[in-house]
Amino acid sequence: MLKIDNLHVKLEEEDKQILKGLSLEIPAGQVHAIMGPNGSGKSTLSYVLSGRDGYEVTEGSATLDGESLLDMEPEERASAGLFLAFQYPVEIPGVGNMTFLRTAVNAQRKARGEAELSSGDFLKLVRAKAAELQISPEMLKRPVNVGFSGGEKKRNEILQMAMLEPRMCIMDETDSGLDVDAMRLVSDGVNALRSPDRSFLVITHYQRLLNHIQPDVVHIMANGRIVKSGGPELALQVEQEGYGDLLAEVG
Amino acid sequence: MADTAVQAKDHTPTVEGAPKPAGALDARLAALTLPQGGFAAAARRDALTRLQDMGLPGPRDEYWRYTDPRPFNAPQAAAIAVPDGQETPLFDTLDKLTLVFVDGRFDEAASDDLALDGVEILTLAKADGAEWAAELYGKLEAAGQHPVRRPFATLNTAAAPDGLLIRVTGKPSKPIHVVHRRASDGADAMWHHLIRVEPGAELTLLETGMSGARSNSVIEVDLAEGAAFHHVASKRAIEAKVGIGHIFARVAARAQFKSFTLAVNGTMMRNEAVIDIAGDDAVAHIAAAVLGDGGKAPFHQDDTVFITHGAERCESRQVFKKVLKNGAEGVFQGKILVKPGAQKTDGYQISQALLLDERSQFLAKPELEIYADDVKCSHGSTTGAIDDEALFYLRSRGVPRERAIVFLVLSFLADALAEVEDEAIRDCIYERLDVWLTLNAVQ
Ligand SMILES: Nc1ncnc2c1ncn2[C@@H]1O[C@H](COP(=O)(O)OP(=O)(O)OP(=O)(O)O)[C@@H](O)[C@H]1O
Ligand SMILES: [Mg+2]
Repeated sequence: MLKIDNLHVKLEEEDKQILKGLSLEIPAGQVHAIMGPNGSGKSTLSYVLSGRDGYEVTEGSATLDGESLLDMEPEERASAGLFLAFQYPVEIPGVGNMTFLRTAVNAQRKARGEAELSSGDFLKLVRAKAAELQISPEMLKRPVNVGFSGGEKKRNEILQMAMLEPRMCIMDETDSGLDVDAMRLVSDGVNALRSPDRSFLVITHYQRLLNHIQPDVVHIMANGRIVKSGGPELALQVEQEGYGDLLAEVG
Repeated sequence: MADTAVQAKDHTPTVEGAPKPAGALDARLAALTLPQGGFAAAARRDALTRLQDMGLPGPRDEYWRYTDPRPFNAPQAAAIAVPDGQETPLFDTLDKLTLVFVDGRFDEAASDDLALDGVEILTLAKADGAEWAAELYGKLEAAGQHPVRRPFATLNTAAAPDGLLIRVTGKPSKPIHVVHRRASDGADAMWHHLIRVEPGAELTLLETGMSGARSNSVIEVDLAEGAAFHHVASKRAIEAKVGIGHIFARVAARAQFKSFTLAVNGTMMRNEAVIDIAGDDAVAHIAAAVLGDGGKAPFHQDDTVFITHGAERCESRQVFKKVLKNGAEGVFQGKILVKPGAQKTDGYQISQALLLDERSQFLAKPELEIYADDVKCSHGSTTGAIDDEALFYLRSRGVPRERAIVFLVLSFLADALAEVEDEAIRDCIYERLDVWLTLNAVQ
């Protein structure tokens, strides 16, 4: 599904290399987790994949189902099935959550040549999915993320993901800021989306999320590269020992 | 928005010792047919005398520092072709009394009957014997000439041939909607509305469309104790329109004045509002959302506001938002004057511009002048660009770039639009704004 090969990325405005030859492959239906110290480049990777300005790819490639992502506009990547749950979701005052979500859903359907959802159908769908994530109808009506608590913002990201039904879901620290119950809600939401033709890349600092969302593979990222990959036990090792020994071991 | 406070800067070079355009006023008046006789004859004569005394604004006039008065000084309006076909009128879905003006003249045949429970409606061109109107005509305009002169308003009092005289005694069941239309390419439209809202009475006045190739309007609004007046105007000029509009309001105790204008395009537009809060516990809000595109024709739009607090525990609010692109210029001059004794005044003013490119500019001159010690007054002015992070967030959900920018523009304008209290009216404005923004985006 997602194939990243020898990706080198620097900041556009500065001579600062952030990703330094990152390679990663996520087959369809799998869940991969990335852990790594602060500043190792995890968010940068998620931004570069989803098309944020300000980065320059100097080498390497990233493809979704064989199609190069790096030449596409952010909205084209979304329509191609890529989704990023932001580490810091953005507040947009004056734009209703529902209006935004309906526009996004229908823009993607249109871009894929599918029929747009009627407002009735959309409403039914969004209400049902919001209820599962315990997002109140009142929150749906509010402006995008405005006045939402940290945890509510993260739940709103998962609601968007559930509505947009992307095939490649990247979640950047969706668990940080969530209380224990919200963590379960969000995990249930994610698990409900798991399917043979949908993949996940879960960026997290804590092993706990991975108890709820069982990963197939855990990667350790440091200094702009994947330095070690393994099974779920790798996350446990990080949790217990920190990164020190692990990073020393790989040099 | 990435905000940076902007200092007003002088961009109209003034010529030292430039002569006041002597003879300019004579030429201006000579091109007009001044109305004769009728109930307003004395007020018009008085206006003419006052106008002779003040003259037209010259290049060194401080109050015209950011806006070139020449298009308004010129004796003739520059002709502008009337566009084919009219836009679907805004507020079509609302129940209202529709009154049509064509190039500033009341069009009886195209209008509803002048009948609405709780309201008396006459027209300036035909009125006779309305005592309240004879007493009020030109009075608020004249009172609004201090400390700054507004000669085009005085010119209007002297020369406007038509307008509405509205006296509200009750709470009418629906708003009055004034629809402006253009008919002739070179029309120099001038109209003058007089509105008196009696104690405890209420009126909502909607205004849409454009009259004339050039226009000059005055609305005098006299609100008695506990009266309420809601004004919502939407003006979109497809063509290179020149216009100046004035509102003079006197707000008595416990009365509420609320005015919102949506202004889209045009070439040279100036809106002046002069609001005198004269009675305790009164409220005055004035807001505007402006979209300026300098792509097809130069765009210059100026909001000039002067609010005087002359009583205790009154609240005033100014919310001005301008979205500018393709070298468009926006101006805001806003003043709050708190007189001695106007204790517990709550005055708020914000003016903000969203610049969609680097060629566009916003000039703001906020002013506070306070002579009472127990007041709360604040003002702010910012200029910013589209927030890249928000734009990326929207696009990452699949919203195309153009549409995402429309969302962010609506987001920017939201505080001004929120000043429209009536939900049905606000919905109409939002709907139309969306259409205009989408049109603009694809052009
Ligand atoms: N726009 C930018 N300007 C300057 N430095 C940047 C920029 N974007 C990223 N960086 C730097 O790149 C490095 C990687 O940042 P990134 O946010 O990708 O780390 P991360 O792995 O997500 O960290 P965290 O675990 O704290 O979220 C950091 O050193 C960061 O300071
Ligand atoms: Mg990060």
